[in-house]
Amino acid sequence: MAKIELNGVRKTFDSAEIIKGIDLAIEDGEFIALIGPSGCGKSTLLRIIAGLEPQSSGEVRIDSIPVDGIRASARNLAMVFQSYALYPHLNVFDNIAVPLRMRRHSALARIPLVGRLLPERARTERGIREDVERVAAQLELSGLLKRKPGQLSGGQRQRVAVGRAIVRQPVGFLFDEPLSNLDAKLRVHMRAELAQLHRQLKATFVYVTHDQAEAMTMSSRIAVMIEGNIVQIGTPAEVYENPRDIRVAEFVGSPKINVMPGLVRADGGLEVLGRSLGLDTPAPAGRCSICVRPERIEPDAGTGAISGTVVHLENLGAEAFVHVRVDRVELPLVARVNHDRRLPAIGSAIDLAFPASAVRAFDAAGRRIEATAPVRSGRVREKALG
Amino acid sequence: MADTLTAVAMPAERDTVAARPSQTRSHNRTRPALAMVAPAFVLMCLLLLGPLLGVIALSFTDYQLGSPSFSWIGLANYQDMLADRVFWISLRNTLTYVAIVVPSAVALGLAVALLIESGGSLRAWYRTIYFLPVMATLIATSIVWEFMLHPQFGLINGLLHGIGFEGFSWLQDRRTALYALCVIGIWQALGFNMVLFLAGLVSIPRQLYDAAEIDGAHGAWARFRLVTWPMLGPTTVFVVVITGIRSFQVFDTVHVLTKGGPSKSSEVLIHTMYIESFEFFRSGYGAALTVVFLVFVLLLTLVKSALANRGVHYA
Repeated sequence: MAKIELNGVRKTFDSAEIIKGIDLAIEDGEFIALIGPSGCGKSTLLRIIAGLEPQSSGEVRIDSIPVDGIRASARNLAMVFQSYALYPHLNVFDNIAVPLRMRRHSALARIPLVGRLLPERARTERGIREDVERVAAQLELSGLLKRKPGQLSGGQRQRVAVGRAIVRQPVGFLFDEPLSNLDAKLRVHMRAELAQLHRQLKATFVYVTHDQAEAMTMSSRIAVMIEGNIVQIGTPAEVYENPRDIRVAEFVGSPKINVMPGLVRADGGLEVLGRSLGLDTPAPAGRCSICVRPERIEPDAGTGAISGTVVHLENLGAEAFVHVRVDRVELPLVARVNHDRRLPAIGSAIDLAFPASAVRAFDAAGRRIEATAPVRSGRVREKALG
Repeated sequence: MADTLTAVAMPAERDTVAARPSQTRSHNRTRPALAMVAPAFVLMCLLLLGPLLGVIALSFTDYQLGSPSFSWIGLANYQDMLADRVFWISLRNTLTYVAIVVPSAVALGLAVALLIESGGSLRAWYRTIYFLPVMATLIATSIVWEFMLHPQFGLINGLLHGIGFEGFSWLQDRRTALYALCVIGIWQALGFNMVLFLAGLVSIPRQLYDAAEIDGAHGAWARFRLVTWPMLGPTTVFVVVITGIRSFQVFDTVHVLTKGGPSKSSEVLIHTMYIESFEFFRSGYGAALTVVFLVFVLLLTLVKSALANRGVHYA
């Protein structure tokens, strides 16, 4: 098992800098998710860790040993690809056996026909058979060993790819969007299986995904990458509750966080849509963004609240999302409503409010700014609006 | 030719069967279906089956080109053929030619494709250079080869002299004539095979190479064995069969450079067929030779379709 460290890793393709200096320490046995919108460089970063792509500058260490000159095959990491990358001409057994055969057989023993004459080959092959069958049983693939990848379903192929990764007991696992080719139901199921696998193996998992739900549900830490930088690293709860950058706030969470134009007054008070929030900030005066998660917005708040018009409803059964168009706000605000509440009609007027504790404020550059309730009037101003 | 036409006709037939939703509605659908298949079927009969049956029928006659009458002579042409020394020589030469040209042109085509694919710059340049022989007229290039192989002032003997070897009179020597033709055949087929292999190489998913690298296949040979060669399987079958059929058809170079000589040492099936039919006007006998040639081509096609069904991988 291994600790993976990145120090100042940069990657430039032609003249475009894809990865702009990344420092990241992945602890032994940790399940870390790299998330970010497509094109943010997360897959490239994973390929650099794997050794499939050389970094332009910086250093990668596995168990404190620099691996920069070491080939992918010698780094003892396993990788699961988005397309699974199974060998289509080999059956399930042989697919899982490939990494073992490549490592345990001598070059001579791998030569077709001639290799079979070597006495030690048969012994090694018996060991390989045992290992493959053990892994196949663990992943419930025992009945499929004779099949070719073309005869398997998406979920089964996924499991074969995982089997091929775990069979040689590498020090770390790299996953490159492994679930994105599966249908929604299977994805939820495989999420649980992968989390279970991590608990079993206790190995280091690095998991790249653009699906924040996968990252939130499986990983112990999330690293949010945007435009070649890691903007924030933390536990799923931290990243969700305390985004340090507006891009993180907008990327994590579904539906997206509500963004409203705000203002920092000269006296340090925060305003949204011309109303005081009753919050103070040490940030300099100027424009800012006021963000609130959909589940913290309360509809039917009564007078004094933000008023708008319902433009769209999404009823998911257990919950519903009400989209409300508000003047001077670019996108409709979304409020989450529990299933026991009556839903407003589309086109009807509605008043929205949110508690002061729900406010996440960001300055014009997108950085988080501190917002605290002034001590003197804490109780009176418990509710920011309404 | 046979291959392309059947390939066009087959999907049409399959589609009409698939388009039939139930047995009860089948008969009012049969007629349009037949009507749609008809053009392809008529063309196939006119261009392919008709002439083929004609040739087979002709091989049982003593018809001579231009003569007003003929009579059925049963298998006499075939009996003549089996007793004819020239037939056996040309059959042996053809098989030798195929046995040399097919493996060499396939292996070299693959090697060149791999080198071009792995090289960074000048890819288009190399592709064009190697493909040039395919585009050039074989008759014209044969004449160029004749100059190059000339015993006195040919380029090849000149080079051999330069490094201290004695040259051959390549095309006039019984020992070398057929092999010189083989070299020209390989040179000509190589570019075409290279292009097919290049297309095959491009379609191999890059992630398979990444997976192979992660799995520990770090040598070029290990990668080739694990990914490239198996993934090229369908392409290879196609290339081998096409090269095989084209090698069986070798004629232009033989006709221009050696006329089958010296003393039949480079005589090949199609050339014998041409001589018998159009120089000796023994059309019936020529037709019998054609039938033998067709049997070989048919065998190759059968091998191809058998292998193609087994060897195609869908990732």
